[in-house]
Amino acid sequence: MSEIIKTATRDAYGKALIELGDTDKKIIVLDADLAAATKTGMFKKAHPEKFVDCGIAEGNMMGVAAGLAASGYTVFASSFAMFAAGRAFEQVRNSIGYPHLNVKIGATHAGISVGEDGASHQCCEDIGLMRTIPGMVILNPADDIEARLCVLAAAEHDGPVYMRFGRLAVPRVFDESYKFEIGKGAVLKEGTDVTIIATGLMVNEALMAAEKLADEGVSARVVNMATIKPIDRDIIIDSAKKTGVIVTAEEHNIIGGLGSAVAEVVCETVPVPVLRVGVNDTFGKSGPAVELLHEFGLDADNIAVKAKEAVDLKNK
Amino acid sequence: MDASLKKQLEIFAVKERLLLMEGIFNAKAGHPGGSLSIAELLAYLYNVEMKVDPENPKDPNRDRFVLSKGHAAPALYATLALKGFFPTDDIKTLRKSDSYLQGHPSMNKVPGVDMSTGSLGQGISAAAGMALAAKLDGKDYRVYTILGDGEIEEGEVWEAAMFASAKGLDNLLVIVDNNNLQIDGTVEEVNSPYPIFEKFEAFGFNTIAIDGNNFDEIEDAVKRAKEFKGKPTAVIAKCVKGKGVSYMENAVNWHGAAPNEELYNVAVGELTAALKELEA
Repeated sequence: MSEIIKTATRDAYGKALIELGDTDKKIIVLDADLAAATKTGMFKKAHPEKFVDCGIAEGNMMGVAAGLAASGYTVFASSFAMFAAGRAFEQVRNSIGYPHLNVKIGATHAGISVGEDGASHQCCEDIGLMRTIPGMVILNPADDIEARLCVLAAAEHDGPVYMRFGRLAVPRVFDESYKFEIGKGAVLKEGTDVTIIATGLMVNEALMAAEKLADEGVSARVVNMATIKPIDRDIIIDSAKKTGVIVTAEEHNIIGGLGSAVAEVVCETVPVPVLRVGVNDTFGKSGPAVELLHEFGLDADNIAVKAKEAVDLKNK
Repeated sequence: MDASLKKQLEIFAVKERLLLMEGIFNAKAGHPGGSLSIAELLAYLYNVEMKVDPENPKDPNRDRFVLSKGHAAPALYATLALKGFFPTDDIKTLRKSDSYLQGHPSMNKVPGVDMSTGSLGQGISAAAGMALAAKLDGKDYRVYTILGDGEIEEGEVWEAAMFASAKGLDNLLVIVDNNNLQIDGTVEEVNSPYPIFEKFEAFGFNTIAIDGNNFDEIEDAVKRAKEFKGKPTAVIAKCVKGKGVSYMENAVNWHGAAPNEELYNVAVGELTAALKELEA
């Protein structure tokens, strides 16, 4: 059995920034006194002349990012998801979103896998917040391979992008040949009874759930949805038609995130049941990340339970 | 200041006031008080100070202006129109659904507008970002921003002030329109931002206090700001809210209301008389 490689997507973010810094692309990286944690510190070391620390003032950082972008820079503005999407929401909305500026928000420490820091830092609302801003692209990669490709794609995209990264080291799902395109989901495994549409660290759990389900005679299709916005409508509609029922899986509040985005498409096109796995509209708490993920039902077991419920619902 | 230049600027400021009032009257909405207060500041910046070209409004080497107090958009639009960025006739379409002249400035819709603003406190951050870009690029363009004195109650203003000072953005000029009034009353009654001068000084700014409706003092402050190296400059400009329209001067109720036809005609009468006197 091959060794499982585990890397946090925030590490891949830091490395991909260095890669961009090595090119002649006019980029600048901003942070709000969290460079060691967001991994922009790696970039700072490699390209100190392209890095500016804005201090603990996320609202101003987003405005500064807007001013730099309006002057021709592609700006990467980093902080924890809680502060990037939460505290600075209105700056992102009005100074970046409304003028559609080239600011790429690198939001790390998303979801409850932040772990020990607890609820104050575990942002499970960011996708919901960002999704309501017109023109905002939202990327939530599953592993380090995809995270790198998200960063490179964001740099090429014209307009604002919100990239969601995790603190926890997660297993690698893809290999080096993986291709990523903004707005495209990917079928990772074919199946006929139920489709599991997952994003971020839940993609690996979805694949494990599909194996469990196969052992129990349930054939599950697994879709990776790294782009939450613009959502890949075609792959959702195709999945709804093929399997008649969908389960979504995300490390985010079940309100406003991937589950909502999928349900919106399904309701308007191929109305079939959509069951959502996510944080059940509650705040997180302190504890080791992996323990918390199990406690909050963000694991393969719970996805499998929901998938069976979904199949039962279909057969009623 | 040279007497003929001053006369020319005074005429420009009255024309701005006439035009912005025309916009607000036709829109039946808008913010006349805080627009009228900054007419001289805009007249000086756009006629004397700033390197901008209406034929090439996106010139990467141009000076930048950010109206952080975005609700004074009518004053900015009037200035830009008089400078030839778009036809003065278009001011009549202000705030209408088929117009590009939005209630608050939109950089993607209005030629000459360098940043979308309107949500108070945000423009100064963007201005700081532009000033930082100039530094990083080794360019010598300067960035100007006007804030309201009520606006500086926003915490982001002080985040931005701390940043601009810490990064040594001496190519940034922050002007505070200290007209002493905000929507709910005088700034002291609402949530006093005073002492404004000392606050900017404490944040590491080269700080200058002037009469913001006086061209000699504006010129002196802007020149001193340009010569000052190592720190950004804050000009605390005492302005008269509603300046030039008698019944609007220092009157809190004209912050965000349009005049009816009768009062509009009074305003036009007063401003036209002032213009005639200047042109005589």
